[in-house]
Amino acid sequence: MFTQLLRRNRKLFTAPVRYFRPTQTLNNKFDIFVDGKPITVDSSYTIFQACHEAGVTIPRFCYHERLAVAGNCRMCLVEVEGAPKPVASCAMNVMPNMKVNTKSETTKVARGGVLEFLLANHPLDCPICDQGGECDLQDISQVYGYQESRFNEYKRAVEDKYLGPIIRTVMNRCIHCTRCIRFTEQVAGEHTLGTTGRGNYTEIGTYVEALVTNELSANAVDLCPVGALTHLPYTFVARPWELKSVYSIDVLDGMGSAIEVNYRGGELMRILPRVHEEINLEWISDKTRHAFDGLKKQRLSFPILKTPGGDIKELKWEEAMDIMRDQFDQVSGDEIAGFVGKLADLESTLAFRDLLHRLGCEHVESSSIAPKLNANLRSEYLFNSTIPGVEDADYVLMVGSNIRTEAPLLCSRIRSRVDEHGLEVGIVGYAPNLKHRYSHHGTTTDTLKEIADGSHPAFEKLREAKRPMVIVSSHALSRDDGEAILNNIKAIAESTNVINHEERWNGMNVLHNDIGRVGALDLGIQPYSGKDNIKNKKLVYLLAADEFREEDIPEDAFVIYQGHNGDKGANFADLVLPGSSYLEKHGSYVNMDGRTQIGRKAVTAPALAREDWTILRALSEELGAPLPYDSIEELRSRMSDLAPHLIKYDALESSGFEDLVVKNKRGSSEMNGTTFEDPIDNFYMTDSISRNSQVMARCSKEFNPKKFTNFKEPDIDFAGR
Amino acid sequence: MFSQRTIFNKLMKTKMPTSLIKTPARAFSGGFYNHRSAEDNVEETPFEFTEENYKEIKRILNKFPENYKQSGIIHLCFLAQKQNNNFLTLSAMNKVAKILEVPPISVYEVTSFYTMFNREPVGKYHLQVCATTPCMLRGAYDIMDTIKEKTGIKHLMETSKDGLFTLQEVECLGACANAPMMQVNNEWFYEDLTPENTALLLERMRQGEGFEPGPQIPERKNAEGPQGRTTLTNVEHVFHERDFKAAKEEWEAAKAEQAAKQ
Ligand code: SF4
Ligand code: FES
Ligand code: FES
Repeated sequence: MFTQLLRRNRKLFTAPVRYFRPTQTLNNKFDIFVDGKPITVDSSYTIFQACHEAGVTIPRFCYHERLAVAGNCRMCLVEVEGAPKPVASCAMNVMPNMKVNTKSETTKVARGGVLEFLLANHPLDCPICDQGGECDLQDISQVYGYQESRFNEYKRAVEDKYLGPIIRTVMNRCIHCTRCIRFTEQVAGEHTLGTTGRGNYTEIGTYVEALVTNELSANAVDLCPVGALTHLPYTFVARPWELKSVYSIDVLDGMGSAIEVNYRGGELMRILPRVHEEINLEWISDKTRHAFDGLKKQRLSFPILKTPGGDIKELKWEEAMDIMRDQFDQVSGDEIAGFVGKLADLESTLAFRDLLHRLGCEHVESSSIAPKLNANLRSEYLFNSTIPGVEDADYVLMVGSNIRTEAPLLCSRIRSRVDEHGLEVGIVGYAPNLKHRYSHHGTTTDTLKEIADGSHPAFEKLREAKRPMVIVSSHALSRDDGEAILNNIKAIAESTNVINHEERWNGMNVLHNDIGRVGALDLGIQPYSGKDNIKNKKLVYLLAADEFREEDIPEDAFVIYQGHNGDKGANFADLVLPGSSYLEKHGSYVNMDGRTQIGRKAVTAPALAREDWTILRALSEELGAPLPYDSIEELRSRMSDLAPHLIKYDALESSGFEDLVVKNKRGSSEMNGTTFEDPIDNFYMTDSISRNSQVMARCSKEFNPKKFTNFKEPDIDFAGR
Repeated sequence: MFSQRTIFNKLMKTKMPTSLIKTPARAFSGGFYNHRSAEDNVEETPFEFTEENYKEIKRILNKFPENYKQSGIIHLCFLAQKQNNNFLTLSAMNKVAKILEVPPISVYEVTSFYTMFNREPVGKYHLQVCATTPCMLRGAYDIMDTIKEKTGIKHLMETSKDGLFTLQEVECLGACANAPMMQVNNEWFYEDLTPENTALLLERMRQGEGFEPGPQIPERKNAEGPQGRTTLTNVEHVFHERDFKAAKEEWEAAKAEQAAKQ
């Protein structure tokens, strides 16, 4: 019977449900009593949630707000009146007039007992454990545990597993909360971890040696309540109480994830995620977390001049300024070209633009792989349906993008929609392993054309859906026929529900994977217009523009590179100016859905390196065209004159004019019929910071050996870090 | 690399004090919980279900809705194990995962949970001796000792040199009335064992002769009582003759005495 029912309603039961999850809010409220105090809760709540709302802390190990309920650590036991035994509050629903007692003797004894069992097999190696000081087991034992153990037997020993260059395991410490398993399955979409064995011999592992290869893997370490999983690159590096922290944002992809930067003295120690519901929830990608060690290698700490003989000379700032004055004096304004790189913050971008405009140079563009987007209308280049908008979408079409490497956290949001709510995803272009279901419509632009003229089934999907999303990668738009691709997407938007006024929905999205791009466009800086336009330039100024192709630069031009890592750009520059990285300066960034956020300074830049906008300010003084701001506040107020939304921090502003954008097609709509390539070759090496990071080098070597191309051969020696 | 068994032996020799040998030996009865590559057990070891088994699989899967195929893991693994001389290889588990469209780890989780799945090769006769309370009280450890002595097996989960026998200790198999007992190859029960008839049994197995499952003492039929009774109604003495009054007095006297002492 039941089987038949399931068969008939197969649509209802799309994915096998492996875990129990708290139900949706039911809007059916009643009272329960927590420690004698009444509190009104929704009937969907678990006792744990109700107690949390009542302000009562319940210790827990396995329960996590963003993961399914497992109910296997029993730490959250509470006494419920009428129940014969203490109940696991995280897995039990509230019932009307339930009387929960969290302070009673029974509860206390139950908690003590559970802890005694957990500690029976836990090695007490806190002094050499990296989790020490921020360990849930330590904290909870201290508050709820007994003083001594009655366990006189041998402790069990479990083999350590090798899970890759990000996660270090000491499996003796594991308390089998299964958070790591639930995380890798539900958030990262990878089914490699599991519990093997039974009873006292349960182990967490992969059974067959396997790497945990997803881009979010390091978050499992944060989730681990004990020191069973620790960060391999952070092994024996610092203790939590020595660290100071600064709240900042990440710049290594287009999302602008919220991060917490930990430092000790002047040295960066680690990066942790912060909760931001509308961007990264509470996860960050492995690149965000571990690439910062690239800031300790290959740094530009002195102005450097490349002499004609090919030698390298370290300069003082005064000398550098003199050289620049000479060079700028020799050229007229229209012989200068300026390029803004993908990691540039708004402040330096604006100072750069202002300075070059003052010198009479109009040629300020973003660097070479910039997409063919127009800076005039904001909704043309934004991720219009916003990141949390994924939750409202009912159909997603991705064009030429591999969202898993371009924006792993967005991918995980989509994945959870697909897994739990059956969201349909279609892909035109490269078919990546997204670790969720999707239908692959085709690899070439021809498919896009078919969709645009309505002869492809995906077109129907887009039309029937109320809030469909089209996501096009900025890499696809930077192809030669980028404009045509954009035109076709606009055509799709015109004839389907992609822009739906009834639902206040704009589903036309450009997926930027560089943080600097949207900001530059907001400041009116157009994308790179091609090699021909810079043929006669005598001076090329690169602001952290590492993606610039060397062969595009005219032979006789003098190249100035301002940036923080000795990467591709610095290699061919004649004069190198040491700037600072995102962790060494105050700067604001606009992420892909148009949200301005502030990144804060955690440490000071090495040696003579300065904050980028101050370098430009000093240069302007030197060149006799002083910029009208002396402090970052003044600079920001100048920014607000240009674009007021750029100082409305952490706010999303609707950009409007979507109909205009859709109608306004530029150039031809003839695409060249070629396939869309995988936009990002190597997730672990996308910018000057991650290319110099040892951890990232090791990751790409292990996870992506075919595409492992490093700028510099890494010496992979972690012991000495 | 050490084979699994050498590691096990080493563990037993070095780490465990002799007094503890019995306890951990039992605990290890499921083997190790991570895959150990061996010559006959790597990912590439070929494994394919037979034609009949594919039919059987189809029949099994018919019981479950299409998107809950996962429920067939135990059935399919058992089939695979039976087909493969009682040995469930990694490749067989992967095959099952493929057929059921589940990630392989889901299969590994199940098979490592149940001791009935042999993830390492076992002898031709897999002797599963029950040592839960009733069997233990009736001498299960003696039976094990006999087996060890006759086959040269030293530890649990070890296979004898001739490749014929593997000894495993298992929990209650539901034949307590005929304790002690053992199960062979997940299939045949041998009950009412004594060291003598166990030895005989092993000898017969070694010879490859026929041997009858069931109670091993001639005077017993199935699970009928040893005294020859077949039902509860033909019991003569049902009532205990016990003087409760006297017992109570005795108890009270003892209590009073103790109170007086204090
Ligand atoms: S490794 Fe950590 S997160 Fe995973 S089950 Fe063990 S204690 Fe939990
Ligand atoms: S938190 Fe409730 S059982 Fe683990
Ligand atoms: S105790 Fe041995 S069969 Fe039940």
